[in-house]
Amino acid sequence: MSKHTVTRAELSEAVYQEVGLSRNESSDLVEQVLDAVSDALIAGENVKISSFGSFVLRDKGGRIGRNPKTGEEVPIDPRRVLVFRPSQVMKDRINASLKGAGGA
Amino acid sequence: MIKSELITLLSEANPHLLHRDVERIVGTVFEEITAAMCRGDRVELRGFGAFSVKTRPARTGRNPRTGEAVAVEEKHVPYFKTGKDLREQLNDQHGR
Repeated sequence: MSKHTVTRAELSEAVYQEVGLSRNESSDLVEQVLDAVSDALIAGENVKISSFGSFVLRDKGGRIGRNPKTGEEVPIDPRRVLVFRPSQVMKDRINASLKGAGGA
Repeated sequence: MIKSELITLLSEANPHLLHRDVERIVGTVFEEITAAMCRGDRVELRGFGAFSVKTRPARTGRNPRTGEAVAVEEKHVPYFKTGKDLREQLNDQHGR
């Protein structure tokens, strides 16, 4: 089983192959896609990409945490977290293709 | 924001590109991420986050209604961990 890490460079290469823009512009557009998604999330908007999944914001309340090493109480401020909810299409595709492949 | 709105936004920012090409660009980015996870690969996008696949081992489940034992197959679940920069920016704007 392959255990490879895909990065921006490969996404850009795929866009370059698929669309036929220059390599520079392809990588610029990959960045623009990621930036546009980030900007919407930072502005407090959820992002839903059909057949891929949704990026959903959740507001967590503050609570008293504890440093597990020292046992000391530490306040945890209210914060906003991002959760990715994969679409059923994505979950099915991943399961179908990794089925019987053993541990990923 | 949904995918079509993302495409419109990028089309407006790149008036020299055909709308159809912007659709293909956006489609390709998300398709490549999904395809990588289908191979069991990890996708690491610094500042944004990382996609990976977690494996849930096979187990014996139970039908909660009848109490009957059912074999549950090994399962592969997509997972996203928000990148440090994005995580911090989500909170800069808000709260504080």
